Amino acid sequence: MSVLGRPLARLEGREKVTGSARYAFESSPPGVLYAWIVQSTIANGTIREIDSGEALGMPGVRFVMTWQNALALNDAGDAELLVLQSRQISYRGQVVALVLAETLEQAREAAAQVSVTYDSEPADVSLSTTHPRLYAPAYTNAMFATDSVVGDVEAALGAAPVTIDATYSTPAAFNNPMEPHATVAEWHGDDLDLLDATQGTNWARETISAVFGLPPESVRIRSQHVGGGFGSKGPTRPNAVLAAMAARLVGRPVKIAYTRQMMFGLSGYRSPTISHIRLAAEADGRLTAVSHEAFGQVSPIQEFVEQTAVPTRHMYAAPNRLTTHRVVALNLPTPSYMRGPGETPGLYALESGMDELAAALGIDPVELRILNEPAIDPESGEAFSSRNLVGCLRRGAERFGWSARDPRPAVRRDGRWLVGTGVAASIYPADVVPSTARITAYPNGRFELAVNATDIGTGARTVVMQIAADSLGVEASCIDVRIGDTALPAAAPAGASWGTASWGWAIMKAGAALLEALQTTPRIPDSGLSVLSDTAEEVAAMTKMARFAFGAQFVEARVDLESGEVTVPRMLGVFAAGRILNPRTARAQFVGGMTMGLSMALHEDAVVDANAADYANRDFASYHIAAHADVPDIDVEWLDEEDGNITPTGGKGVGEIGMVGTAAAVANAVWHATGIRVRDLPIHPDKLIEQLPSPY
Amino acid sequence: MSPSEVRPNSAPSSSIALSVNGRERALEVDNRASLLDTLRERLDLTGTKKGCDHGQCGACTVLVAGRRVNSCLTLAVAVEGDEIVTVEGLSDGDRLHPVQQAFLERDGFQCGYCTPGQICSTVGLLAEAKKGWPSHATADVSHVCGPEGVTLDENEVRERLSGNLCRCGAYANMVPAVLDAQAAERR
Repeated sequence: MSVLGRPLARLEGREKVTGSARYAFESSPPGVLYAWIVQSTIANGTIREIDSGEALGMPGVRFVMTWQNALALNDAGDAELLVLQSRQISYRGQVVALVLAETLEQAREAAAQVSVTYDSEPADVSLSTTHPRLYAPAYTNAMFATDSVVGDVEAALGAAPVTIDATYSTPAAFNNPMEPHATVAEWHGDDLDLLDATQGTNWARETISAVFGLPPESVRIRSQHVGGGFGSKGPTRPNAVLAAMAARLVGRPVKIAYTRQMMFGLSGYRSPTISHIRLAAEADGRLTAVSHEAFGQVSPIQEFVEQTAVPTRHMYAAPNRLTTHRVVALNLPTPSYMRGPGETPGLYALESGMDELAAALGIDPVELRILNEPAIDPESGEAFSSRNLVGCLRRGAERFGWSARDPRPAVRRDGRWLVGTGVAASIYPADVVPSTARITAYPNGRFELAVNATDIGTGARTVVMQIAADSLGVEASCIDVRIGDTALPAAAPAGASWGTASWGWAIMKAGAALLEALQTTPRIPDSGLSVLSDTAEEVAAMTKMARFAFGAQFVEARVDLESGEVTVPRMLGVFAAGRILNPRTARAQFVGGMTMGLSMALHEDAVVDANAADYANRDFASYHIAAHADVPDIDVEWLDEEDGNITPTGGKGVGEIGMVGTAAAVANAVWHATGIRVRDLPIHPDKLIEQLPSPY
Repeated sequence: MSPSEVRPNSAPSSSIALSVNGRERALEVDNRASLLDTLRERLDLTGTKKGCDHGQCGACTVLVAGRRVNSCLTLAVAVEGDEIVTVEGLSDGDRLHPVQQAFLERDGFQCGYCTPGQICSTVGLLAEAKKGWPSHATADVSHVCGPEGVTLDENEVRERLSGNLCRCGAYANMVPAVLDAQAAERR
């Protein structure tokens, strides 16, 4: 049996359970100084004056960096990184000073003594669909078209016997990886060495070298172990720039970590979204129109447009379609990537709408989706490389016991609980980007795989080992794996569910070339025989096709009539994500995604305090993420899927597909339990309690 | 403990002796230093993680005198004389602690950052169960305790480990790991 497909345990598991795995902050070069950030306390305006005098006089304090003494930085296309470059303040929590001291305690206390005065201007922090400054961006995140119009949605809506017109919203969502963003920076002459909590050190090096005007080869960035990212450690964050800048100015190594509170302002988050969904269908359930108008926010300094309506373009066959994105710049921290950007809030809206349509039509929600299955990608007209949504729905329905379901809402009572079940469909792109990899054969029979992949908890280190072993036809134990270092062959960041496919293709190519080279090499030199691969040409030469992973989620919800609390005793996800390369780590990704989706549906809430002009949430007390007691046993299954039209790894990526449909399935189950349609996440008890019948 | 004189150019500090993983460590610590920062920044015991520094996530959980505590909410000067055990102190040489072994076998982690806290917390909760301490998930608090203490089930584990957050969503694999560890402890 091939080593691919085996449920191998994580390569770094032992280090992680013994505490010997080192994360970015967990290194202290000799002479290191601790940095502590001072954040703005206004949301819009300018810094009038910064008085660092008292802080500088405190024990151990070595430097206070402000816009007046910071290095001049280059614009690398991300204004978030232009820290301490001007007096301008555009949101509350922006960096206004950095204190450097001999110890953490000294830096922290001194930071509290830096006195900053401001000239404050009114702040605009309210997202609405009628905001006068809404605009159509040039494109969304990932360069998708802002608007897409096919046919005549209005006419179809007017002519259809059954229509749905509903607006759904998701609050801002904060990634909150358990490891706060952190960097250790050290200069060696004009060379910069960073240990950084990042999802991709090549991307980070590109950014850092541009910001500091350095040749990329004089920047080395490492990230051996990363404590989660979920998108927030994709782009380089201010922590890395601040550490590098401060280390340059003081001539000593500098280490910095965000506090949990700082993460809410300085590490990105998902924009709140508002989705206006309109669906039109014939009485037999065939969709005639799908309209998804999405609204979100950006910050005044940086535009990141959540592509909320993009998944809707690929889901269902309907001759008339409209998808649009409008955003407004608000004086709030800059939105950025969070797990399943676009798909996560967009599918919550679309798949809730489909559930409403099923109820209006009197058609089973599973059957309604199957009925509207497109033969080709509705948006591009291209063939799907493979599309097994129907298979996921059917298999899930069977495993979940869906056929026995009474479609009527609010009729199942179990003591003080109302009980219901819900379903939703999922889609996520199966993308790939060019990567390079090097495999070296040694005379002792061992091989070294060098590829700048990053393991943010996905099991990347293990799966790249398996791919290398498979490509060479050897046991996984023959492979020494090196990842997470720009000194290694450049590779894709861990994100967008494309890591394994991108790294894997390069590894397979290197493996095949190495096997060939070995055949013509009579004796492997002691220094080893190396082959370096690059998939740039192959990726560019891929035929245009619609490549996506699919899934179906089934959820049972119980709603407490006494309190309105929702609990989920049962969740099932069935996925079609190509070839599953490591069932153990893939299952963990699916289950983890579903857990995060459950958390989004029931718990995570971000509230803007209009007076403070900021989110009121800034820690785990004010921003609840799912805890042990919130999470049931989660059942996951996948379909065996052979797809010859994707990368040679055969895998479609599993990082996001588990998350994206979960919230809709939960909301649909809550409706089935109670008859109450919650269109604004999260489903907190206050949104149900007043409409629930008496428990007595 | 002997608080040193407060001088204008240095922070108030104390000379203390900490017992960590069975080893005495003499230290001059800033009185403001948490046990967490002392472990990580002074003793280079970075297995104990800082996730929130506010006692809300549990990543910093260590055992003090056998009980699980948030080391971020504990001042180093307050635990002089107590036996402190961190994740680095659980294994017996190369032999993993049964809880560590169970987490490995059940894949009870992903990124690994909350893991030391989950593991230390589990060691603490198994001791609590052994003493017969009930939890919110205990149906009948008058009959929880057999000769071996509380026999955990899935809901007991979920309740008792809810102070340790995991953003990767590895909870579903941790629950059987904890049950395995209790079973192993009783063998």
